[in-house]
Amino acid sequence: MTSVSTRRVKALPILIWGYITWSLVPVIIAVIYSFNDGRSRTVWKGFSFRWWFGDKYASVFHDDSMRQAIVNSLVLATTTMLIVTPLGLALAIGSHRLKGKSATAVQGMTSVPLITPEIVVGAALLLTFTRLFSGIPLGFPAQLLGNVTFSVSAVVVIVRARLVSIGSSFEEAARDLGATRFQALRYALMPLLWPSIVASFVVVFATVIDDFVITSFLSAGVESETVPLRIYSSVKGGATPALNALATLLVATTFTALTIGVFGLSFWRKRHGEQGGFKSALSDLTRMGE
Amino acid sequence: MNKAARLWAALAAPGAFWLLFFFAVPFYAVACVAFGTVDPIFRDAIPQWNPLNWSFGEFNAVFSSVTSGPLRGVFVRTIVYVVSAMIISFAIGFPVAYYLARHAGKRRMLLLLLIIAPFWVNYLMRMLAWVNLLSPSGLFSRFVGMFGVQYNWLDGSPITVILGLVYGYIPFLILPLYATLERLDWRLVEAARDLGATSRQAFRVVTVPMAKAGVAAAAILIALPMFGDYYTNDLLSRSPKTEMLGNQIDYYINSSSQPQRGAILVIMLSTLLLVALSWYLRSTSRVGKERVR
Repeated sequence: MTSVSTRRVKALPILIWGYITWSLVPVIIAVIYSFNDGRSRTVWKGFSFRWWFGDKYASVFHDDSMRQAIVNSLVLATTTMLIVTPLGLALAIGSHRLKGKSATAVQGMTSVPLITPEIVVGAALLLTFTRLFSGIPLGFPAQLLGNVTFSVSAVVVIVRARLVSIGSSFEEAARDLGATRFQALRYALMPLLWPSIVASFVVVFATVIDDFVITSFLSAGVESETVPLRIYSSVKGGATPALNALATLLVATTFTALTIGVFGLSFWRKRHGEQGGFKSALSDLTRMGE
Repeated sequence: MNKAARLWAALAAPGAFWLLFFFAVPFYAVACVAFGTVDPIFRDAIPQWNPLNWSFGEFNAVFSSVTSGPLRGVFVRTIVYVVSAMIISFAIGFPVAYYLARHAGKRRMLLLLLIIAPFWVNYLMRMLAWVNLLSPSGLFSRFVGMFGVQYNWLDGSPITVILGLVYGYIPFLILPLYATLERLDWRLVEAARDLGATSRQAFRVVTVPMAKAGVAAAAILIALPMFGDYYTNDLLSRSPKTEMLGNQIDYYINSSSQPQRGAILVIMLSTLLLVALSWYLRSTSRVGKERVR
């Protein structure tokens, strides 16, 4: 290597650590300020748990509307996850095996949501639910349908990647040994699909609990407010550090879900003698390969 | 249809119908609202479900506002902001991803985890963090104030909005970039160097063509949501001076009594992105063909 490029490579670690600092330190400061004793989100007045549970009215664990937002977020994310995973799993298997024009149509339709900005989906669904399918009220039902619609493609991508790596030999072996097509699917393919099901659960949960645009377009006021909506509506006002605490809780929930996912998946891989371990588990969940 | 095909079709059917009803039909509904009529008294949109009776009067009015009226500024600003944010994101993101893929060595796993972390931190939390820092009494404002910089960051500052977009979307750029660069066959670059190419020549002739498709895909991955973004702008500025297309859509759909205009803007945004996307698809397929040759 020439001296010029060596110098350039030496400058890179500084850049990468600079990037990491820039991307994480503001968030860490926001977390620290949730323990501020003062009313301000910017001026430090000493350490306390006042905005977590100390204050009997305005702390995260006592403020009714914040508690409602936490419950709403958890319910929405869990319900979406439970509906969309089987739906996407079946769609992935079916569309992977189908041939011909119908297969192309279905595969095309599943990839469009991946490249559509959320605002387009949110606006389209809002107009649809208020003017066409007006039996579906705004609030939780509409938010649920919207989040399922937007995340079904993610599940299909995750499951399809797994189907490609499994191949068809296991099912063929089962068929040769006398299994029906359905039995081969149920007893040969399904057990191998578990990692992609767990990955879908975790990814959908984390995406929906963090979702802002669709959930916001389809909300019906305070009763259907989720944590991201609450953060959005109070950032600019004179909200107390309880808002920082609420946001910290959200981040902690996402991290917990994803950590469980990563360790669960790498444990599964190790037990079933598959390669990759921790790193493949990580890339399953960040969808790096998309 | 044989038995197997029937099983696969039955498996695919629920999801396919779901997408048909809640994804394809809503797009049709947007068109019906955009090309429908308006209630003369309440100004509310009345969708026209029959495409034969679609009227394009309002669409033409909005279109001429985009080409030579008040909406032109919004369109130009959206494109300028997104392009600037993309350039800055690449200037930071490419070296980071490159180092991570090529030179990180033993520390790669740690660095990778630290770089994935913001990907998992809620977007609004990251914006909240910056609103706190940039507010007049915030740490950042006080810090730069010590050097005599007095600037109201959160009141219609284009710099804040562009950097906010960079901060928000750069994690979604770095990971796919890293995935692309990590998968490249770097032996080819070494071969080029052995055959006498300078490092710059090797980069231009070998690395760039190999990485082109992945890099373009990563660019698309952040450009699409940036074009539809409105909340970054809302949280960091909320001023008409920095308004983007997404803000106009949000306003017309959610808080005005003219959802028809919102529907028209949604169609315009989708068309704009569709054109960009098909251009990208055409250029990547050409790259593929050139490489085969």
